Amino acid sequence: MKQVLGIVFSNMHDHMVSELTAARCMGSVPIGGRYRMIDFVLSGFANTGIENVGVITKNNYQSLMNHLGSGREWDLARRRGGLVILPPFGNVETSGMYRGRIEALSGIMSHIKSTPGDYVITADCDLLANIDYMPFIKSHIDSGADISVMYKKMHLTGEVTKDLCTFLLDGDDMVRDMLIESEIKGEQNVYINTMMISKDLLDRIVNDCYSRNQFSFEKDVLQSGINRYKIHAFELEGYAVRINNMRMYYEANLGLLNPHVREELFPHDRPIYTKVRDEAPVRYGLDARVSNSLIADGCVIEGEVENSLLFRSVKVCKGAKVKNSIIMQDTEIGANSNLDYVITDKDVIIKDSRMIMGFSTYPVYISKGSNV
Amino acid sequence: MVKRKKSIAMILAGGQGSRLYSLTQKLAKPAVPFGGKYRIIDFPLSNCVNSGIDTVGVLTQYQPLILNEYIGNGQPWDLDRAHGGVFVLPPYQKSSGSDWYTGTANAIYQNMQFITRYDPDYVIILGGDHIYKMDYSKMLDFHIEKEADCTVAVMEVPKEETSRFGIMNTHEDGKIYEFEEKPVVAKSQLASMGIYIFSIGVLKQYLQDDDNDPISSKDFGKNIIPAMLLNDLRLFAYRFSGYWKDVGTIDSLWEANMDLLDPAKPLDLGSQDWKIYARNAVRPPQFISKTAHVQNSIITEGTEVHGTVDFSVLFAGVVIEEGASVCDSIIMPGTVIKKGAAVQYAIIAENCVIGEDAVVGSRPEDTSDKDAWGVCVIAGGVKVGKGAFVHAKAMIEQDIPDKKEADAE
Repeated sequence: MKQVLGIVFSNMHDHMVSELTAARCMGSVPIGGRYRMIDFVLSGFANTGIENVGVITKNNYQSLMNHLGSGREWDLARRRGGLVILPPFGNVETSGMYRGRIEALSGIMSHIKSTPGDYVITADCDLLANIDYMPFIKSHIDSGADISVMYKKMHLTGEVTKDLCTFLLDGDDMVRDMLIESEIKGEQNVYINTMMISKDLLDRIVNDCYSRNQFSFEKDVLQSGINRYKIHAFELEGYAVRINNMRMYYEANLGLLNPHVREELFPHDRPIYTKVRDEAPVRYGLDARVSNSLIADGCVIEGEVENSLLFRSVKVCKGAKVKNSIIMQDTEIGANSNLDYVITDKDVIIKDSRMIMGFSTYPVYISKGSNV
Repeated sequence: MVKRKKSIAMILAGGQGSRLYSLTQKLAKPAVPFGGKYRIIDFPLSNCVNSGIDTVGVLTQYQPLILNEYIGNGQPWDLDRAHGGVFVLPPYQKSSGSDWYTGTANAIYQNMQFITRYDPDYVIILGGDHIYKMDYSKMLDFHIEKEADCTVAVMEVPKEETSRFGIMNTHEDGKIYEFEEKPVVAKSQLASMGIYIFSIGVLKQYLQDDDNDPISSKDFGKNIIPAMLLNDLRLFAYRFSGYWKDVGTIDSLWEANMDLLDPAKPLDLGSQDWKIYARNAVRPPQFISKTAHVQNSIITEGTEVHGTVDFSVLFAGVVIEEGASVCDSIIMPGTVIKKGAAVQYAIIAENCVIGEDAVVGSRPEDTSDKDAWGVCVIAGGVKVGKGAFVHAKAMIEQDIPDKKEADAE
């Protein structure tokens, strides 16, 4: 296999779920009971055999660094290569915070050049999917394209247009047109912010754009370069969900209660790695009643839990009822409290006999560390 | 030059654990799974780390593969250190020939070179088959304060159980004047827990002398401690109170797992200040389905429960299908309990398949002959066929075929 360098943008799309990213970046948004969003792309890279991975950060990245550590959990703690966290201000010339992908890449160009390998794959952290990148790499090389972009066929309703790019393709899967943030509806080829390019071309493009004060990869490279570059589109098959608002976040989490979704996201031969917390197994008490729920280690359950997702070390006291809810780690739900359609962030305390009700399309969100 | 260490620990993990029968056919006793996500050796290893001991030798001999692989570089216990860390120490060939470890004392004696590399003042000797949480640093403080040559951890056991233990008879200040191995009538109720701290000089000398003694069985309890008492050395008993259990038998292993389900028992795996570390399986959270009933149980990540689970401990990757019931049982990693099967009072080892409608084990109240009752054990990888019946106290090591229609009538 040709050596490929993986680059992960951990902050892109933060604004889509602004409640969750108030004190963290998209990459460290908790999901699926024990994971963070970045685990999916990092595990995908690791399972594909990509041994050099750079994570580009911008702001609120303390929790991300804490989560990643040396990269050991993803088998990316290597003497040669491995995981590198790339904070902003990597370069004196790019003074100030980067405005787009181009500036971010420009800031780390020396890192990209000094890392062995001919290709770069960049990806974001807003996608819930377990991707094997090998077919993508192969198709990029076989197609002889300058740039390959990954897309997923999705049904659009025209509601959420932020950060949305769609492609029009010809018979050879080459990109003919590209729409950015349009209100287009129906089944579309949606860009999932994953692209592959040779290192040399990336270097030329970044320098070129930089000198013209262009900073958007989507607008200034892909869209305006449709006639200049051969852009090949690769369709991702299988389960993939973009987390582009709180409702999608809610649905994606509860979607894991579906066994087929779990099979696609957590196959035995391509596990999703995450930071180990060394929690004890879950303890179910005498009056515990649990139905259709995913429960992570460290939980203690003495009440009722239904259609819900419990992160690590959640405590559900006697008589408490948790329905249709996402309870993040270290939350405590007091005796006889009643929660329905609720998302609680980390370290929330719900005291005894509280009632909190949301609705399926508008779950109530309780921010980190709140005391109800 | 290796940096000096004040104390290092040596874990005796070579025992076959023959009283665990089929559970230890392919792995050493310390590697036997325990408590949903642990193996027995996680307890002494985590105790060491939590006590601030960062250099640990693990002496292996019997079926070491799984244990070696499990300990690896020691990272899960934070024992991958630049100076010290965890070392697996199997018997090895020397210019004078090679020997298996012939006893607990001999195992330590053969690794004296390892110990002297760190030039410690004290050596802590631990067994690899006990479930407990203990701060060895407090025991070491006690050892130093008493200016002891050797300190033995003891705990008070009920009078009727003294005949199962090595009993330490002490003066009021804790000084041991007599050691009785499994006495019929005991003078005290202080049982040795198999945890020793030796001052290095004494340890070296007594191990050397013991090695020169051709009739010695090279055992700490049988030879070293009595020899030290004979010479009137300063041996002290360090009293421990808290949860401690030898899990050397099927019954005690089962009981210790069940103790985890009892909030009144003082062994809390969830406490944050004295965590037990383990090598984690990379699995998604556990799924409890609409058809499941789960109560009074301990379940870990990667399991799928569609049936009934009561008073049981489920390890990673276990699947309980719809209509199956598991009561008062321990189901080890990767085992599948098929539709309609009933498992009660059983220990089912790793990667077994219990076929549809099979019945494994029985409740004591449903057994007419109480003496014939006991916890039933299915060895690792065994397939129990559809509709098969496994009676209480059975020890199954071979696959059981499906029950034929004709037999059923």
